[in-house]
Amino acid sequence: MHADAFDRFHPAESRLHRLNPSVKVALTVAFIISNALLPDAAWLAFAAAWLFLLAANDQSRLGLWFTFRRSLLAAPFALAALSAIFSPLGGALVSFHLLWLNLTVTDVGLLRFASILIRSWLSVQMAVLLVATTQFPDILHALEHLRVPKALTTIIAFLYRYLFVLTDKVFRLLRAREARSAGLPGQKRGGSLLWRANVAGNMAGQLFVRSYERSDRIYNAMAARGYTGQLRTLHPHEIKPSDWNFLTLALILLALIQLTGWIR
Amino acid sequence: MHYAPVPMHIPDGLLSLVVALIFWALTAASVALAIFKTNKTLGEKQIPLMGIMAAFIFAAQMLNFPVAGGTSGHFLGGALAAIVLGPWAAILVMTSVIAVQGLLFQDGGLLVMGANIFNMGIVTAIIGFGLYRSVSGNPNKTVRLAFAGAGAWLATVSAALVTALQLWLSGNAHIEIVVPAMLGVHVIIGIGEAVISVAALAFIEQTRPDLLNAEKSAQQGGGGWVWAGILLSLATVLFSPLVSASPDGLERVADNLGFLSQGVSAPYQLLPDYTIPFLGETALSTIAAGAIGALVVLGVVVLIGRNLRKRSAE
Repeated sequence: MHADAFDRFHPAESRLHRLNPSVKVALTVAFIISNALLPDAAWLAFAAAWLFLLAANDQSRLGLWFTFRRSLLAAPFALAALSAIFSPLGGALVSFHLLWLNLTVTDVGLLRFASILIRSWLSVQMAVLLVATTQFPDILHALEHLRVPKALTTIIAFLYRYLFVLTDKVFRLLRAREARSAGLPGQKRGGSLLWRANVAGNMAGQLFVRSYERSDRIYNAMAARGYTGQLRTLHPHEIKPSDWNFLTLALILLALIQLTGWIR
Repeated sequence: MHYAPVPMHIPDGLLSLVVALIFWALTAASVALAIFKTNKTLGEKQIPLMGIMAAFIFAAQMLNFPVAGGTSGHFLGGALAAIVLGPWAAILVMTSVIAVQGLLFQDGGLLVMGANIFNMGIVTAIIGFGLYRSVSGNPNKTVRLAFAGAGAWLATVSAALVTALQLWLSGNAHIEIVVPAMLGVHVIIGIGEAVISVAALAFIEQTRPDLLNAEKSAQQGGGGWVWAGILLSLATVLFSPLVSASPDGLERVADNLGFLSQGVSAPYQLLPDYTIPFLGETALSTIAAGAIGALVVLGVVVLIGRNLRKRSAE
């Protein structure tokens, strides 16, 4: 596995790629907050937010529909909001009986569910765009500039750096288990469910011990090279006037989206 | 090979802004405290260790075992991390894991990340470590592993319950649907989690017993964790039957809440209203019965633990 196996960065020469990472992180969060603030069934504002997203996609030069492909990730969890369709407000549409529950689908509930889905869908896409246009170490530096504690960003940097190493180990463990789990066609392989879970647990324990000992070696190697608890970067990450302009423009647009959402 | 995340964290849009911000505040305070505490104990050596441990949790979540019909059990790791690394370090480790899952893989939103970290990092650390710590000095390996397993199971169930409550508080889900649904799934997921955690701990005890001795665990967190763990477990055990025992009373609460959360600042106006249904006789008696039952179970467990400790000391 390559060191960049988990990278979601898509290189391109674009305004969004060049934009200061702190500005990008702040704008992504602002967009998500703006979505959360919009009232239910503010279709015009949702459409405006979607246009904002499309414009951002366009600015990234990755294609208008770039974020669309990965945007259905959050869909399974959105089912948790499905029960919102049984809102007690509004007129009843359909009533039915399920186990011990009397359920009534209402118009307000349906609107609410649709709004939740749209908010979630828009927010995921902006987050997809952020990691596609910003390298992960840059996001971490941006978080540092935005006052996230350095201890935390450094831990995350280590996590990112060694994730692929440990993932490789996991795949080796899984392959070893597979290789030892031969079976005749049509016959059950392996032991009971408990036994299988136990095997997985032993693998986790083994992975833990190996990772723990690895962290010792890593620390010793880094201490030998002068590590004092800080990771440094040569990248200055200064915010240029054009970054400020971009930020201001985007925030004004978000404010306008809010306005269309709340004025009827 | 590519890592395909199974989305199981709350995405953006599913929690109301107020709920999301409240849990961000709680999480930020806990994480700040955790940084302070871990800095005091181990200094800069702790940082690479926690980074690698975070990568371990992340990678270990890919370890699966076939259950039935193409589904497989997964390992979540919050309780195990708390038991082996101590609660403060575990909070930082789980925070990093959830941050990367949210930032890089869009598994879990950014605005709701505080809630995700709270559910899967802080709740699991409190219960997982608290229950294990209550018997960490016990020389009987079976007792320790049993408590670790119970902790892992309860941590999973509590995290699911808290998630369901957050969805309900946001006015985005009905309590009488979302609580049984989340609990039903996670009661089963929790069993897998418990078995894997226990097997992993047994393996670690065999190969590196120095990582799991009693003094170390006492150093990592004081007795307050035991109480917090027991209280939170009790709250979970009590609240779950309450929801299934008196759906009517809670339905009314949900109705009130659903109604008011149409406004933006729902939870503030709500609190006076939503205490009333809880005073209903059936609900109160359920709580009381549950509390007594849980206290009896706890008493029995403590007594057994005492006896075992005495016997092995003799």
